[in-house]
Amino acid sequence: MNREITVNVCMGTGGIAAGGEQVMKALKQEFEAAGIKNAKIMENCKLHKVGCRGFCARDVLVDVTIDGETSTYQYIEEKMVKRLVQDHVVGGKPITEWLVGDDYHTFHEKQTKIVLHDLGKIDPESIDEYLGVDGYKAAQKVVAEMTPEEVIKTIKDSGLRGRGGGGFPAGVKWAFCAANESDQRYIICNADEGDPGAFMDRSVIEGNPHAVIEGMIIGAYAIGSSLGYVYIRAEYPLAVDRLHTALNAARERGYLGEKLFGTDFNFDIKVKLGAGAFVCGEETALIASIEGERGMPRAKPPFPANKGLWGKPTIINNVETFANVPPIINKGADWFASIGSEKSKGTKVIALTGKIRNTGLIEIPMGMTLKEIIYDIGGGIEGDKLFKAVQTGGPSGGCIPQQYIDLPVHYEGLQSVGSMMGSGGMVVLDETDCMVAIAKFFLTFTQEESCGKCVPCRIGTKRLLEILTRITEGEGRKGDIELLQQLAEDVRDSSLCGLGMSAPNPVISTIKYFRHEYEAHINQKKCPSKTCNKLLTFFIREHQCVGCGMCIRACAVNAITGEKKQPHHIDQDKCIKCGSCFDACKFNAVLKE
Amino acid sequence: MITLTIDNKTVEVVKGSTVLEAAKKLKIDIPTLCYDSRMKPHGACRLCIVEIEGMRRPVTSCTTPAEQGMAVTTTSAHLERLRKTTVELLLSDHPNDCMVCIRAGSCTLQELAYKYGIRENRFGGAMRDHNRVDENPFIMREQNKCVLCGLCVRVCEEVQGVSAIGYAGRGFEAKICSPFEHDLNCEFCGQCVSVCPTGALSAKMWAGHPRHEGVELTETTCTYCGCGCNITLHSLGNEITRVSSRTDNHNRGWLCVKGRFGYEFINSEDRLTTPLIRREKGGALEPASWEEAISLVVDKFSAIKEKHGADALGGLASARCTNEENYMFQKLFRSAIGTNNVDHCARY
Repeated sequence: MNREITVNVCMGTGGIAAGGEQVMKALKQEFEAAGIKNAKIMENCKLHKVGCRGFCARDVLVDVTIDGETSTYQYIEEKMVKRLVQDHVVGGKPITEWLVGDDYHTFHEKQTKIVLHDLGKIDPESIDEYLGVDGYKAAQKVVAEMTPEEVIKTIKDSGLRGRGGGGFPAGVKWAFCAANESDQRYIICNADEGDPGAFMDRSVIEGNPHAVIEGMIIGAYAIGSSLGYVYIRAEYPLAVDRLHTALNAARERGYLGEKLFGTDFNFDIKVKLGAGAFVCGEETALIASIEGERGMPRAKPPFPANKGLWGKPTIINNVETFANVPPIINKGADWFASIGSEKSKGTKVIALTGKIRNTGLIEIPMGMTLKEIIYDIGGGIEGDKLFKAVQTGGPSGGCIPQQYIDLPVHYEGLQSVGSMMGSGGMVVLDETDCMVAIAKFFLTFTQEESCGKCVPCRIGTKRLLEILTRITEGEGRKGDIELLQQLAEDVRDSSLCGLGMSAPNPVISTIKYFRHEYEAHINQKKCPSKTCNKLLTFFIREHQCVGCGMCIRACAVNAITGEKKQPHHIDQDKCIKCGSCFDACKFNAVLKE
Repeated sequence: MITLTIDNKTVEVVKGSTVLEAAKKLKIDIPTLCYDSRMKPHGACRLCIVEIEGMRRPVTSCTTPAEQGMAVTTTSAHLERLRKTTVELLLSDHPNDCMVCIRAGSCTLQELAYKYGIRENRFGGAMRDHNRVDENPFIMREQNKCVLCGLCVRVCEEVQGVSAIGYAGRGFEAKICSPFEHDLNCEFCGQCVSVCPTGALSAKMWAGHPRHEGVELTETTCTYCGCGCNITLHSLGNEITRVSSRTDNHNRGWLCVKGRFGYEFINSEDRLTTPLIRREKGGALEPASWEEAISLVVDKFSAIKEKHGADALGGLASARCTNEENYMFQKLFRSAIGTNNVDHCARY
């Protein structure tokens, strides 16, 4: 019996975090052990390291393909590997209770994959596998057969817009840059992904780094650049490693360096590690950082396309933007423009997180509604709680309430309700999320990550955060909502860079759609979502308390008393409202109001 | 040349000018805090924001290049609201001690607070606490008064070429310090003190002297070297209390450590005010008149020349002299005394 066996293990960051490496090791061991009994299995068995397929919530995901029959397993742990190999690989019977369910298939079927198309399918550390999916074909075609003008026209016609947040048409930007007279032009890939909860760019570089490199080669040819940079966070060690591996492989094959594809075109890429400052994702701060200066933004205009790195015309595009370029060249601008909506073409990679069943990395055609994303792909709200809002665009975006659940997700759609596409983060919030606390959460982040250069962002975000904090702590004053609104608008309108301009968005949008929650905090000193502990009172319901003592042990300030098997009691004077008793009680006896 | 309109007035400027420079040409006043025409624009204080037709949002006029046909508005209800909020935010994190601040009366922030009539602040809250012991002989730092305009950082790098000043920290805790908070590597030229718009940087030797009351200003030339920087002496009676320099002179307001801080000798008790002559061998130096001293030198020089020839004499001039003075000096030695033995201390 000579069977064709392939085993795929999800080894993206999510997969590794969930124990992918241990699973991989165990698989190797089990195959070896099984191989002693039946060497033929070993012969055709291929252990395959693949990138992220998006469904991180179910990691470690393992595909077992035997003679073309694929079974996908979810939540695989090291200890399950033995049975997996024994029952399925050796015994030929898939373990049905470990297999993914229908929702796994719905999760994928609703998506349209361009950027993520080959993720999870090819080995990111093998250039041959990338070549096997038409890799570097587009770059070769561009460099050998097309003029830079033709390339720019193709990108313009495709309607591709910047995926890093701004949404500026990529082809138009390239044309601006190319039009500048200069002895050198630079092309930069912005991989300084910093939004909390965002992992789109990381996954793309970890799963298919060559696509990004190929996109950069095409961009460099279009604008006439001989040197590019990838500015990537040092906190992405796996992505950095795989990027270096890919760059070296590309250089060895002559796709980078001198005389690319036998022409006179020279181009190489340097990797510059970011030190973790969120603001360095802002293009002018990123340029300052590459130049060795402190990562502080510079005023625009002049725009980088005219005066960027070292004062030379520079193109900065996001990872996802570059990854879209090779398919556009291969399949044509018309093909790309046929996907998506009127003004937003193509797809968008989204990091779907929050109170949702299927968290993970997804790619949707522009214009898909929030409802389809949340309920069809995302599988609905976790624990059957009520949907309250969805936060898009990371800390720079806004909260979109239930009433806009049918809103199409594209640049204009999100902007029309006071949010933004941003880099593609999507955090789903349910009825237990307090919107004031959410605004506070994002302001805490932006306030800390402000570079401190301009006044409205440096001091303004601090004051916004202070006002939000006092509201959530029951110290809100009459007029605070108006003060927040005014200050938020002023910070938005007078800050130097995108960070300060967009930092107030969570405040503005939550006040717009959830003003009643602010009013309840300020006027009634109540948190309607029962999230802001300082506004809550904790009680023990005597008839439900079994006197187990769990809450007594959980309380750090000894505020709870009671005999064993007798109802316990909370001393309100001692209680610091930390909520530990609520979390500790297994009998729903602790009530918070 | 480029033609643009600002507040409906037409102005022509050379290519490469900024909108702020164009406005200055029209004598339109735009408030600034981080701007200094002698340095690269920074765009941090956000006070010089203007509205430009076709641009989505206000932009800083100090950084925006003027373009042909631009239509600029420098004041509107919206712009003034934003400017006022900015000043109010700055004041919310600034010690309210103008009464005793050394910069009172010459502080840009104080002027802005006055201009926008900010008596009450909507944004009271936490304030920075960055004041630290700082032992250096010249510069007084009160970091809680720093507005992070970056002028000190830029002047040290762009003008002085020393780069002794940098930034650290993020957000509200961002601050000015020596790069990487290492030990200060400073020439103490005080350019940073001269450009600081608030009381964050001042001279230690200014302390205790009147700020403005009774202070007389005298324009003069620095005597330390042949550069001849223009300086302004601040004096109270016979005492020099401060040296500054105007930006519209040939040294553009820049001075060195000696010119800016080396003025204490003027009122020093050890200072020589008359020539001294040792009249007897082994005796003490005694005060003499200039006539007596010069006559003595003439007599001695003549005697030496007669006995040993002119080349037995030589002259060594000081770098503190001007070119004209040095010219006169060599003329004296070559023509009057008759020797080419003339040199200058700066050669050593």
